[in-house]
Amino acid sequence: MNSFKMLFDSEIWQEIFGSIKKNKIRTIITVIGVLWGIFIYVVLSGAAKGLDNGFERQFSNVAINSLFVWAESTSIPYEGFKIGRFPRLKLDDVEILKKRIPEIKYIVPRNARGTFSGGSPANIVRGDNSGNYAIYGDYPDFIKIATKEIYEGGRFINESDIKNNRKVCVIGERTLTELFDLEENPIGQYVRIDNVYFKVIGVSVFRQGSPFDSDSDVFIPFSTYQNLYNTGNKVDWFNIAAYENADVVEVEKKIKSTLKRIHRVHPNDKRAFGSFNLGEIFNKIFGFAKGMTFLSMVVGIATILAGVIGIGNILLISVKERTKELGVRRALGATPNEIRSQILLESVFLTISSGIIGIILASFVLALINYNTLDLNDFPYTNPTVPIKFISLALFLMVALGTIIGLIPAQRAVSIKPIDALREE
Amino acid sequence: MLELKSLHKSYKMGSNYLHVLKGINFKVNEGELVAIMGSSGSGKSTLLNILGMLDSADKGSYFLDKIEIKNLDETKAAKYRNEFLGFVFQSFNLINYKNAVENVALPLYYRGISRKKRQTEALNFLQKVGLSNWSTHLPSELSGGQKQRVAIARALVSNPKVLLADEPTGALDSKTSNEVMSIIQKINNEGKTILVVTHEEEIAKMCKRVVKLKDGLIIEDKYIKQKLL
Ligand SMILES: Nc1ncnc2c1ncn2[C@@H]1O[C@H](COP(=O)(O)OP(=O)(O)OP(=O)(O)O)[C@@H](O)[C@H]1O
Ligand SMILES: [Mg+2]
Repeated sequence: MNSFKMLFDSEIWQEIFGSIKKNKIRTIITVIGVLWGIFIYVVLSGAAKGLDNGFERQFSNVAINSLFVWAESTSIPYEGFKIGRFPRLKLDDVEILKKRIPEIKYIVPRNARGTFSGGSPANIVRGDNSGNYAIYGDYPDFIKIATKEIYEGGRFINESDIKNNRKVCVIGERTLTELFDLEENPIGQYVRIDNVYFKVIGVSVFRQGSPFDSDSDVFIPFSTYQNLYNTGNKVDWFNIAAYENADVVEVEKKIKSTLKRIHRVHPNDKRAFGSFNLGEIFNKIFGFAKGMTFLSMVVGIATILAGVIGIGNILLISVKERTKELGVRRALGATPNEIRSQILLESVFLTISSGIIGIILASFVLALINYNTLDLNDFPYTNPTVPIKFISLALFLMVALGTIIGLIPAQRAVSIKPIDALREE
Repeated sequence: MLELKSLHKSYKMGSNYLHVLKGINFKVNEGELVAIMGSSGSGKSTLLNILGMLDSADKGSYFLDKIEIKNLDETKAAKYRNEFLGFVFQSFNLINYKNAVENVALPLYYRGISRKKRQTEALNFLQKVGLSNWSTHLPSELSGGQKQRVAIARALVSNPKVLLADEPTGALDSKTSNEVMSIIQKINNEGKTILVVTHEEEIAKMCKRVVKLKDGLIIEDKYIKQKLL
């Protein structure tokens, strides 16, 4: 009779339960060991996954492979220019950068006032209401890098707005509530931006918890901005998205060296162009989340291992206690293989059942955590599901470990001759 | 039914050997009821264990029902024990978390017989030893005599060629000893070959043939008039 057939024989289960019942306390202790292991493993990896999802959600409105580049002042004299010159980014740079660096997917020039880039914010008036808000001159492609959502009924700036220097604007949520009455539809209405009338074409959705969003920004076409503030060809900074498979750090270097060549800056000048490489930071954060996942896996697996070794131990003890009984069984015709299978099945059964209880408890805890963090938007934690892959891995691991560990007592059970086993008291 | 020719067995005790069986020649025919006697340490159990394939001899040959028993690996020995032999021990050796009928059914389980069939067969044999009403009782709920009767039923359930009993009454008082021996006589009369190790004259008298061991040799082998119970 093979062990597979034994699986379906109720005698073997009676056997397993008999032995479990005889060692109640020890069984409970070891079952708790494995249960705890799998519990830790599932909760930790679920939590890590939750963090991962959370980060992903927080950065979901920015292209992951993107960076900002702006100009500062030179730190090395070059080609007759003195130190401390302010090179200016220009619209013409766009075509050159695109041509020289094929890894660039989108490059969007932006101008702004009332933000970190300086300048006074725009004064916006509507009827009796007014306020000062940061204002941006933008191209339509901007929303491809930083996915801006626009509320139903509105839209973002388009090519035609740029071409015709239209006086249209997209306003933020706070701007809307500060300038308009409740339940008033702002689309198609006019506001005065620095004394020029603009038609509101959209309201942008504010994404809470994202570090790159504000609820009061006002966006107007780049060309209109040029006219309004007389900025000419000047660009405050570029938003650049590289293709997904490109190395952002490398792309950043290429962009800077190209800009240095265009603007006649010493190749070693570190200060002339500033940049902020989101891609690099993303990689670090996701690396952190991945590290968490990995760590939780290591901790969980180590705990499972400890639990399974505990089960091996209890079986070893129970095999010793049952030496006589196993001797009797062999006198009655049990082959060494049958005895081995019995002990192995016991080990696997104990491991799996405690593992399943652990998984159920852990899922319960994860559901509880999820429920309690549901409305915490600032906390980067979303949907802490454990991938089925992890669970299957855990289950597989337990069966494998249960079998390997069970082999030791199983081998011990048959290593003793039946005659010696029977003599045992 | 079984035959031993110049069988030797010694145990290693540290650096020297303890020669326990020093050339046993012994033949048992079908349907015999043999008592094996001798003082403590004379090698009775050793002999029975070799006959039971629980232990192996160093020298000599052993035939069981014309099959030579030698060079057995554990798996084959287990099969032979299951098919050819039934064991009854002094300390009963029932499995304490299995009830009477489950204990009796165990050899059939290792033979791969279906659950239903095992159950009916086991109940049959329990009835044979007069314990039909105790089938669902655990060993702890049975008296010594009852336990030994369950053990006998278990030894018989697989219809072995030979029943080997090592001091089957050693743990019982004389009244229950007689109960057990009367069952043994009954199944012997039905044709089963039985070997009983005992050091009690009273028990030996209930057999048909008495073999005496001393210092590893058979010093006496005679047929007696059986005291029927
Ligand atoms: N596994 C063993 N290792 C070493 N010596 C053994 C072993 N088994 C038995 N002996 C020795 O062999 C001798 C015969 O033992 P055996 O058990 O056959 O005696 P016995 O006739 O059954 O005695 P008793 O009436 O006390 O049961 C004894 O001296 C015993 O100590
Ligand atoms: Mg003995």
